[in-house]
Amino acid sequence: MSDPVIAVRGLSKRFGATAALDGLELDVPEGAVCGLLGPNGAGKSTLVRILATLVRPDRGTARVCGHDVVKDAAAVRRRIGLAGQYAAVEEGITGRENLELLGRLHHLGATEARARAAGLLERYRLTEAADRLVRGYSGGMRRRLDLVASLIARPRALFLDEPTTGLDPRSRREIWSAVKELAQQGTTVLLTTQYLDEADRLADRIVLLDRGRTVADDTPARLKAAIGTLVEVVLPEGADLERARAVLAALTGGHPAVDPGQGRLSAVSDPARPLALPRLVRELDAAGVTASDVALRTPSLDDVFLALTGAERGRSGAVEDLGRVA
Amino acid sequence: MSVLTMPVDAAASARRILLVYRHSPGLLAASLLVPVAMVGVFGYVFGSAMSVPGGGGYREFLMPGLFALVALNAVMPAMVGGARDAGQGVTDRLRSMSVSRLGLLTGQALADLLVAAAVLVSTALVGLAAGWRVRHGLGPALGAFGLLLLFRFACGWVGTALGLLLGKEETAGQLGALVIPFGMLTSAFVPTGGMPGWLAAVAEWNPVSAVAEAGRQLFGNPSAPGGAWPAQHPVAAALGWCALLLGLAVPLAVRSFARSGR
Repeated sequence: MSDPVIAVRGLSKRFGATAALDGLELDVPEGAVCGLLGPNGAGKSTLVRILATLVRPDRGTARVCGHDVVKDAAAVRRRIGLAGQYAAVEEGITGRENLELLGRLHHLGATEARARAAGLLERYRLTEAADRLVRGYSGGMRRRLDLVASLIARPRALFLDEPTTGLDPRSRREIWSAVKELAQQGTTVLLTTQYLDEADRLADRIVLLDRGRTVADDTPARLKAAIGTLVEVVLPEGADLERARAVLAALTGGHPAVDPGQGRLSAVSDPARPLALPRLVRELDAAGVTASDVALRTPSLDDVFLALTGAERGRSGAVEDLGRVA
Repeated sequence: MSVLTMPVDAAASARRILLVYRHSPGLLAASLLVPVAMVGVFGYVFGSAMSVPGGGGYREFLMPGLFALVALNAVMPAMVGGARDAGQGVTDRLRSMSVSRLGLLTGQALADLLVAAAVLVSTALVGLAAGWRVRHGLGPALGAFGLLLLFRFACGWVGTALGLLLGKEETAGQLGALVIPFGMLTSAFVPTGGMPGWLAAVAEWNPVSAVAEAGRQLFGNPSAPGGAWPAQHPVAAALGWCALLLGLAVPLAVRSFARSGR
C-alpha cells in the first residue's frame, strides 16, 4: 500500500485562546507504529481525538484509511479502534460480556460476536478472568480489556491515547507485547505517551509535538543521533554552578539544565559541534570550575525530548523518572 | 446507516443495563425495597399525624404521590450513569464507532423502563396491603400506570441528558441530591391547601404534583387539588409535562452525547 493510512494536512484546532494544533502535517504508512510524544498540552490527545472523529478540526484535513474524518466520519469509524487513558468498559458486567456487547455494536451477528470475544480473550490471556465482573479486575487487567475492546472490529488503524499511564511495570509490558503483536499483523498504530521508554520500545517512528506543531519526526535511533551527545557535569558542594552553566552553554550551544540539589548540570551538545571530553575538562578548568565528575554519553529519548521541547529537566517528574527506566 | 442499525444498537445498549442488574441482585432488591420503605415511613409514621381535607384515608392519598416520586427517582441514577460514561471514556469509545446515538440512549431508557415496571408493581402491591385501592376500574388504572411509566421514561432522559452534560460523576452525584427537595416541593405528601399561596403555586406547577394528582383522579383516590391550572387538569398537565421534558431532554442528551469531552 503506497497511500498512508493516516494523512494529516495543515490541521489546526483552537480551544478558546489556546492553539492545540497549529498547522500539523503527518503521514503514517500502513503497519507502522507511530509514537506521538510531547509535553502536556502539546496537542497529542487533540490529534487523536480528531482522527477518531470525536472532535472537528478548525482548519486543515485529516484522512484515515483514505476517508476524511469530517466528511466521511462513518467510514472512518468502521475502520478504527480507540483505547484511551481510562478503562472505558462497564464495571458491572463481565469482561466477556463487555466484548460481546461491543461486537454487537460493531454489528457483528450474535454468533460472530461471541466467537470474536472468545478468540480475543484467549489471545490476550484474559480467559481466566473472562467471566468475572470487571469491577474485580486489577488496573492492568482493565486496561488490557480496554485495549482488546478496541480490536473487536479488526481495525486497520488503532489509536492509543496514553495506553499505559498509571500502570505498574508488569502491566505496561503486557500492553506493549499486545501492541507489538498487532503491529506485526499489519495494524497501523498511533500511540501517544508520556513515557519515552515506551515510545522507544514500541514505535518505529517518533513524532515530537510542541505547542501543536511537529518539532521532530524520525526513527528513535536517528532522533537520538541527531541531537548530539549528552554532557553531564557533577560539581562538589559549594561550587559555582552558574559559572559551570555558562561554560557548558558556550560549548554545547544548548541550554544546560541545572539540578542545584545534586550539583549536577546536563546539556545536549549540538551535533554540528562535536565535543571531546578533554576540551570540556580544559574549559571548565580555565573557568575555575573543578568538577567531581564529567561524562559524555549517548542521549536517551528523554534527552531528545528535553532538548527539542526546551523543557527544564526535573520540571516534569514523569519525564525525568520514567525516562530513566529505559 | 445509523438509522438502520438503531434497533440493534438499542438492543445491545439495553442488554448492558439489564446485565448489570442480573449481576447485582442487590441493586434490583434495593430498587424494589426503597418504595416499600417509603410506604412504611410516609404512610405510617407521617400518616399517623395527617388527615386529608375532604375526607379519605391518608395512605390512599399518599400512594399516587409515592408512585410519582418513585418515577422521579430515576433522575439520579441516570444522571450518575451518564456522567460516569462521559467521564470514563465510554461515550468516547461509542462515538468513535459507527453506532446510532439515539439508538444507544433509547436502549438504555427502555431497559430502565423494564426495571421501573417491576418497581411499580412492587410499590402497588405494598400499597394494596397498606389499604390503597383502585376505585375507578381497570381502564383508568392502567392509564395511570401508563402515565407513571411515561413520566419515569421522561425522568430517565432528563437524568441522562444532565449527566452527559456534566460529565463528572461526583458533580452529578451532588447535584442529583437536589431531586429529593424537588420531590418534596409537591402535593405528593401533603395537600397544597395549607401552604403559603406562593409555595402552593410552585408546588402545583411541579410536574410531580401533576402526575400525583393525575394518579389520584384515575385511581379514584382522595385528593384535595389546589386552584392552579395543572391541579385542576392533572392528566392533561402530566401529559404536557412529559411531552415537554422529553422534547427538551432527548435532543439535549443526544447532543451532549455527540459533543461530550469536546
